[in-house]
Amino acid sequence: MDEGLRSELSKQGIFTTTLEGIYNWGRRNSVWPLQFGLACCAIEMIASTMARYDLARFGAEVFRPSPRQADLMIVAGTVTKKMAPQVVRLYNQMPEPKYVIAMGACAISGGPFKQGYNVLKGIDRYIPVDVHIPGCPPRPEALIHAFMTLQKKIGAQRLSGSERARHADPEAPSEFPVPQYGPHDLEPSKNMDVWQPPKLARAG
Amino acid sequence: MPVEYSPYLYLAVFLIIAAVFPLVPLALAWLWSKKFSPKKPGADKNATYECGLESKGDAWVQFKSEYYLYGIVFLVFDVETIFLLPFAVAFTNLSVGGFLAMMVFLLLLVEGLVWAWQKGVLTWK
Repeated sequence: MDEGLRSELSKQGIFTTTLEGIYNWGRRNSVWPLQFGLACCAIEMIASTMARYDLARFGAEVFRPSPRQADLMIVAGTVTKKMAPQVVRLYNQMPEPKYVIAMGACAISGGPFKQGYNVLKGIDRYIPVDVHIPGCPPRPEALIHAFMTLQKKIGAQRLSGSERARHADPEAPSEFPVPQYGPHDLEPSKNMDVWQPPKLARAG
Repeated sequence: MPVEYSPYLYLAVFLIIAAVFPLVPLALAWLWSKKFSPKKPGADKNATYECGLESKGDAWVQFKSEYYLYGIVFLVFDVETIFLLPFAVAFTNLSVGGFLAMMVFLLLLVEGLVWAWQKGVLTWK
């Protein structure tokens, strides 16, 4: 629809929208997170759903105990190498469209345990993360900010055309390979389709 | 000219509305998913949900129902306890008739236990 016509109509008190716009509006205001916490960040996640911070204002208070009913996975806490396969499998078991918020320093990079032998250095090595939140742990406000960022992202998603969202693309994968707990490390140690190691650039 | 009044017409109208009201959103959701959300089944997604772990073995296992026999035999001791406590409290003031009645009651219960024992119920198979 022509933008000029739309503004002209809205001046006359006629509100116009697109099917995509109203669909995304509904979607972004009823995101159901998976009830799933890994470490201390989960306490902040719980706090953000309680009365003081009240995540329910954003339509996301319905934490689902099963991945079958969840849209959003909040990876709240340290992902150990023993836990990583389960996290990826839970993500695989969620129906599309699904989103991931990596909450806290551990979930995005390994955090204070980065040098440890048993901690995964960021869950984005295995599953596509939509929003990263730094912090140790991030305050509930930070989680809410991440949530609002995700809402903006959902609201801008296209359902058709070449720019369409992943879930609307029949070719895009819905499941990602689950790593195996090997004798020394997870195998494979990263999924190169979703995560590329940073390239070293040396000056001179 | 008298207007023909049919109360069943209203019922029919309500029935149709009651059927259409839930069916239309379901049909719309189905059409929407056909157009905009392609099916993406997979090995993990179709697997049994067990808190992220891979399910091991078969879920179709047999549970022993023999526990109910223990439940019934337990009832013997359960009822006994309820009556034995007031019996013990009032023991010194009890008449001979009361004492004999209580003994008959105990005998009946013990008889049941002995019968169950004889049947081999108390051995877990």
